[in-house]
Amino acid sequence: MNDTVIRIEHLSKRYRLGVITASSLGDDLRQLVRRMRGGKTAFPAGEDKNELWALRDVSFDVQKGEVLGIVGKNGAGKSTLLKILSRVTAPSSGTISIRGRVASLLEVGTGFHPELTGRENVFLNGAILGMTRAEIRRQFDEIVDFAGVEKFIDTPVKRYSSGMYVRLAFAVAAHLEPEILIVDEVLAVGDADFQKKCLGKMKSASTAEGRTVLFVSHNMPAVKSLCTKAVMLKNGALELHGSVHEVVNRYFAKEAGMKGIVEDAYRTANSGEAKYLRIELLGADDKTIDEVYYGAPMRIRLHFEAAAELKGLLFDVKACTSDGMVITHTYNTVDDRAAWTFSPGGHVCEVTMDNHLQPGKYSLTVGMHHLNFNTIDYVENIYDFTILDIAKPEEKDKPYTFFHGFVKAGSRWARLS
Amino acid sequence: MSKESHPGKERWDLVIGSDSSFFSSQLALLWRYRDLILLLVKRDFTAQYKQSILGPLWHVLQPIVQTIIYATLFGFLLNVSTEGVPRGMFFLSGFVLWNFFAPSFTSISNTFVSNASIFGKVYFPRMTAPIAVLFSNLIKFCIHFAIFLVVMLIYMGTGKDVHPTWYALLTPVYLFILALMALGLGLIISSLTTKYRDVSHFLPYFVQMLMFFTPVLYPPAQWKQYEWILRLSPLTPVIEAFRYSWIGSGGQVSGEGLLYSTVFAIIVFFCGAWLFARMERSFMDTV
Repeated sequence: MNDTVIRIEHLSKRYRLGVITASSLGDDLRQLVRRMRGGKTAFPAGEDKNELWALRDVSFDVQKGEVLGIVGKNGAGKSTLLKILSRVTAPSSGTISIRGRVASLLEVGTGFHPELTGRENVFLNGAILGMTRAEIRRQFDEIVDFAGVEKFIDTPVKRYSSGMYVRLAFAVAAHLEPEILIVDEVLAVGDADFQKKCLGKMKSASTAEGRTVLFVSHNMPAVKSLCTKAVMLKNGALELHGSVHEVVNRYFAKEAGMKGIVEDAYRTANSGEAKYLRIELLGADDKTIDEVYYGAPMRIRLHFEAAAELKGLLFDVKACTSDGMVITHTYNTVDDRAAWTFSPGGHVCEVTMDNHLQPGKYSLTVGMHHLNFNTIDYVENIYDFTILDIAKPEEKDKPYTFFHGFVKAGSRWARLS
Repeated sequence: MSKESHPGKERWDLVIGSDSSFFSSQLALLWRYRDLILLLVKRDFTAQYKQSILGPLWHVLQPIVQTIIYATLFGFLLNVSTEGVPRGMFFLSGFVLWNFFAPSFTSISNTFVSNASIFGKVYFPRMTAPIAVLFSNLIKFCIHFAIFLVVMLIYMGTGKDVHPTWYALLTPVYLFILALMALGLGLIISSLTTKYRDVSHFLPYFVQMLMFFTPVLYPPAQWKQYEWILRLSPLTPVIEAFRYSWIGSGGQVSGEGLLYSTVFAIIVFFCGAWLFARMERSFMDTV
């Protein structure tokens, strides 16, 4: 029995870089002339520095009922793959063969018109996503119920709160009943309750209804809990197709090299305004360390380079488990955020964190954002370190004890009877 | 799913490749998405005049206001001759068709730019958007046409020499030619616009020029020895034929003229559809 529902074969996508100017008109005309003289010139041989291969020779199969996680850093080609899958753009070469109806939640609320009522928008949005009016009518009550907007269904959506808007939009998409569902981090929206509802819907779609789900995310814990298999893309090529565990480990694996050096391929997101160059975890003698004594404060030094002058910066440092779950988190203070301005060039910041971590392996995730939380640079699990089970060097011979969990409990015990 | 498909050969519902073979399947796809077209037309109507006091009444007021403005300007101030045809009838008969063609052409030309945010996220046959524009302008035409008929009855009642001819039965043909032309030209412009935004900046002037090169507001004879320039406009035969068909003067129904318009419309339609089909696959990379 053949249960392959998506087969991707030698898929490549090439983008032309640069702005459209009069010279591109010249290029087009030249190419047209060349083509008229015979011979296909759509793909001139050789590398062109003005082009970028967003995807290069990617091939893999997806089986029916699978929840496939698609992971990769910034610029790895995930969104391009999704765009081709959802037919928003065409590949430069290679093919994707699909069995069944595909629906993508690349961004919910597509085609919502602010002046139309919730009811009108449900029908319009449903039709845009490929449902017939009869199908929408059949599901209408369920959609409204799922979104929880019964009272406002005949109000123009411009009067909706952003939460209601997103819930209604997601509800339409979630009731599409496609054989293949593409989800791109829409779960970042809505409150915790609604997120749970969405995750549940995704899970039941694959387990109970036998649908195939492609889930694109940077959120490794979510990928781990939802997906049955995963692929990792890197610089447009398929890096790994395997079990979720393997892929998540590879996602956080750094190439051998100097510890804490941030290479562009590691960045989860970057806006181009500034970038981290190096992250250091420092010991008492200002040397970098990767083992920290139990309870000893952690000094973390952030080296970065600003491309332009930056005013008001929000730095964040997270201690995470090796599979990306955040254990604790710190920002620079509100006063610092507003006051710190950085001229173009290299700068250094340092944070000292109290250490409440239980012994075990952890990693640092660092971010840099504007005051409105728009991200400038974000690098996950860039610096692996170990919390030792001893508080100072002299204790190294003390008997081994077990530690559970991630956070020191800080408890006092007493015997009462 | 299709377990019963041939064992050796695999069957797929959809194959996404780099070559464009979409052209033939477009019509079938459009039919499958007919509900979407209907809803887009509906959206156009309900959303346009929401939160305005007069609401849908604007659809009626707009052509009346326009006719009054142009009738004042061209009729009384510039004193343009309408060859004995009552001025109101002459202008209105021109506008009724022009107001079907020009807005259709303009909004179809902006298909990619104005829908970029939707097109960038979901797939549906891109052709639904221009088709919906045509239908919604067709409905507006019906409203305008009703006004036209009312005004005509008033003129007839006051004893003016205004009378429909049997050619009026050809009205659907006139509309079809104009629709094909608006679609074809619009698709060509919209495809060019994805790459060269300059085209869309030039468009309003082009449309305005086209109006003056077409006998919407005055009879071609007004241009004397330059009349042949007006004759070049593929819109001229249709407007003239429509005018003669309904008011019995102020134009002519010319077989050759209509043939010229039809051939022109068919050619631009196929060019436009071909360009559009090429563009719709990759425009997201450039827009």
